[in-house]
Amino acid sequence: MPALLELICPAGSLPALKAAVDNGANGVYLGLKDNTNARNFAGLNFDAKSLAVGIRYAHDKGVKVLMALNTYPQPATLPRWHQAVDIAATTGLDAIILADPGLMAYARKTHPNLRLHLSVQGSATSYEAVNFYRERFGIQRAVLPRVLSLPQVENVVNNTDVEIELFGFGGLCVMVEGRCLLSSYACGDSPNTFGACSPGHAVRWQQTPKGMETRLNGVLIDRYADNEKAGYPTLCKGRFDVQGETYYALEEPTSLNSMEMLPEMARLGIAAIKIEGRQRSPAYVAQVTQVWRAAIDAVKKAPQTFKPNPAWMAQLNKVSEGSMSTLGAYYRPWK
Amino acid sequence: MKLSLGPLLYYWSREDTLAFYEEAAGWPVDSLYLGETVCSRRHLLRLPDWLDLAEKLTAAGKEVVLSTQTLIESESDLKALRKMVADGRFLVEANEWGAVRLLAEKGAPFVAGPTLNAYNPDTLAILAESGAKRWVPPVEMPREMVKAMLAATAVPESMETELFAYGRLPLAFSARCFTARHYNLQKDDCQFRCLDHPDGLTMRTREGDDFLTLNGIQTQSAKVMSLAHRIDELHTAGIDLLRLSPQSRHMGRVVEVFRALLAGDIAASAAPEKLDKLMPGQPCDGYWLGEAGMAYHPM
Repeated sequence: MPALLELICPAGSLPALKAAVDNGANGVYLGLKDNTNARNFAGLNFDAKSLAVGIRYAHDKGVKVLMALNTYPQPATLPRWHQAVDIAATTGLDAIILADPGLMAYARKTHPNLRLHLSVQGSATSYEAVNFYRERFGIQRAVLPRVLSLPQVENVVNNTDVEIELFGFGGLCVMVEGRCLLSSYACGDSPNTFGACSPGHAVRWQQTPKGMETRLNGVLIDRYADNEKAGYPTLCKGRFDVQGETYYALEEPTSLNSMEMLPEMARLGIAAIKIEGRQRSPAYVAQVTQVWRAAIDAVKKAPQTFKPNPAWMAQLNKVSEGSMSTLGAYYRPWK
Repeated sequence: MKLSLGPLLYYWSREDTLAFYEEAAGWPVDSLYLGETVCSRRHLLRLPDWLDLAEKLTAAGKEVVLSTQTLIESESDLKALRKMVADGRFLVEANEWGAVRLLAEKGAPFVAGPTLNAYNPDTLAILAESGAKRWVPPVEMPREMVKAMLAATAVPESMETELFAYGRLPLAFSARCFTARHYNLQKDDCQFRCLDHPDGLTMRTREGDDFLTLNGIQTQSAKVMSLAHRIDELHTAGIDLLRLSPQSRHMGRVVEVFRALLAGDIAASAAPEKLDKLMPGQPCDGYWLGEAGMAYHPM
């Protein structure tokens, strides 16, 4: 039987992996300590040793381990990505999550039994695109960008054999993943090539007479009054001026929370729900995993009567960016 | 090197769009990219209109390429895409991998657009096998990487390279319309406010620096990428076509400056001054140098 609503949780470190496993994840996803994945942050991710420990811990409890290799390899450093695929194939990982067709071809040819997932960074928003990766490289699952409404998701599901995974909760990209160069325009490093957006090395916080200012490579992303809590300067979530009006011109600092749509996602046959946040703490992972485990179990038991428990929503809001959440593009008026 | 006029990224009235291309037929560009690549709600010209234009421009001696929508969301988007691919009279630029699938199935040669994210030779080779005869590197790709791509054995010699060389940089796409958001409208009822902003809406930092440009669901740079002063480097790098991105004013004169550069009638060092008054924003060239895209080095 195909998978239904597997809970896939972020593991930025071994303690986070254990937190996900212990709190009911069906799978965890992780990356190596370099720019082969889209959470290339100092102090995060896995080396060979912690990877082996993590895989054993997860597999002992029947939890799958997926590796994100979802940045775009570049000519000079292509061997690094190939090596990462080889590591994945030989350490007993359950699947790798890729964005780049060239890398998929390498994985397919070199390790034909390795299960391939299409990353959200692959920007596939239609079944024609998803089926391209299926036919050429045999991908078995695709993670859809956070841009489609649920009826649009349904149209993809109905026209492909590929399992579909959706984002359920966490940081929200307002742009199509894999199609956003705002970060490299401002500071030279993009998610596609460097594996991080608005990277820490380009960030400056400065208290000024006008308030706390946050900058990215010198560009003023936002300025906070004394009674406001300053947020990380992710550049699509700052306040800017358009025609004399200062506001969150692209998106508010907010998180995605699609829990109320779980029954509909179950009806569509969505294979897995992904929780964002490899850069977040083990405590975040534990809490979010626990809540989503309970929610998914409740949906599977009684989809007709499912309502998100207010206590769950309160817990999730506490760990949301800006303590706010949105249904994002799943809900059409957001667009 | 040849010159191309990239797809029109903004939404202009039907009259203005047709007048623009009527003029463009007389400009010294070799190729023109036609079609709506940004937003499916922009409908003042539909496929039959673009095809009419394409016939006229072909008759005027131009190469015409039909450019596909970058973000495909609905079945009607796919229907429009299939129609464009099915026509078969003109070369097509594929801007996402669904279009690549359809073009490869048909066995039609195509142009691999900048949003296909060909960052390495293996991926470019897959595009070549699928029928790409020309590719446009991601706009953030630096000079040294373009050279490495073209030097790789996996990439066929015959592959043409078209570089985004002039215009506001298309940086990001979203499901959300930022122009509608600015006017507190929903995308489905946007009242086509893009029509009021023929070069997009400038988004400034809170200290007044022009930073980005809102163009419906697309976000562009506020600065204008220009590689005119680096024309010699473009030759050396093996670039075959320079893409100039349409703007509402002075486009014909921008084309003339690039044509004069290619002909050697003006020196590369004189280009910035010639372009200065023709540009809707400050220049930038950082991506080409492997730096922040907004950086600028006048040489």
